[in-house]
Amino acid sequence: MTNGMSTLKVKIWRGAETGAYQEYEVPRQESQTVLDVVTYVQRRLDPSLAYRFACRVGVCGSCAMSVNGVSRWTCRTHVSKVAADGELEIAPLRNLPVIRDLATDMSEFFDKWAKARGRFTGATTRKDAFAQVKPESKQRKAVDAAIECIGCGVCYSSCEVVTWKPDYLGPAALSRAWTLANDVRDVAQKERLAAVAGDAGCHACHTHLNCTERCPKGISPTAGIAGLKRAILSATLKGEL
Amino acid sequence: MNTRSQVLLWGAQRASAMLLAVCVIVHLITIIYAVRNGLSAGEILGRTRGSVAWGLFYAVFVAAVAVHAPIGVRNILAEFGWRGRGVDVLMLVLALTLVMWGLRAVWAVVS
Repeated sequence: MTNGMSTLKVKIWRGAETGAYQEYEVPRQESQTVLDVVTYVQRRLDPSLAYRFACRVGVCGSCAMSVNGVSRWTCRTHVSKVAADGELEIAPLRNLPVIRDLATDMSEFFDKWAKARGRFTGATTRKDAFAQVKPESKQRKAVDAAIECIGCGVCYSSCEVVTWKPDYLGPAALSRAWTLANDVRDVAQKERLAAVAGDAGCHACHTHLNCTERCPKGISPTAGIAGLKRAILSATLKGEL
Repeated sequence: MNTRSQVLLWGAQRASAMLLAVCVIVHLITIIYAVRNGLSAGEILGRTRGSVAWGLFYAVFVAAVAVHAPIGVRNILAEFGWRGRGVDVLMLVLALTLVMWGLRAVWAVVS
């Protein structure tokens, strides 16, 4: 046992957009993660609990939830780190429609990646030679900064601008757009910059840095968004957009 | 409003913010300097009347405010769900009002 506590008081959101927290008692284990707690509830206490997970090791990005008011990946969040006074309040991610209990509908989140042209567009075929990109080049480094995004939705859930402006593309989609904007092989640069410009795009970001603070991969979408803002203003002033 | 105009508005707000940073610092230093022996209308007018430099400085200050504030208010209104051509026209009116009031105030202390 850790901290001398034998059980955790766990409140879990039950329902969809309307619903209520239900309280459970879960045995405290050493090195227990928040996902372990949710899994215990579903397997031992209430099999009707809906939640989503796959890899359990911080690779797939499907188990993100709001834990004591903060969006986190639950598989890599130890209970000891977040359970103040042995209590946990687990809710679905914010800014996304709730399907049931802890499972949100991520369609809108991924649709915005598509809207932001978050898809690589190349001009070469498999018969062409490999592109040569120097690892120390500025653009390659900018790609490295955010390439490890796993699309968990933690940044989107933490973003106040998304809350106020539901058509805002959000930090993950914009960060992806910035990664591709720095991909020297990509040939849809102008179209992408146009897709992420303006009031519903990168220019809506308030630089609150919630996304940067919460990203479990240590990525700074804010930095990427700032890069997009500069690149788009420059392209606009040159008459390219 | 098209995307290009939205981007230009963002650029204008950033540029006016840079200008405002300088203007506010100069203005604050002037206030601290001006009140060192107490504050009087006579002293202020003595400094500003007939001064082309102060007239230009505050005219630029007013222009920066008139550009910066309506764009910011437009962004705030958009987050409350008020968007569209009506709001944009209202913001233009706000900008022109700020220019008018601001320049009138500058003229009052310079002329």
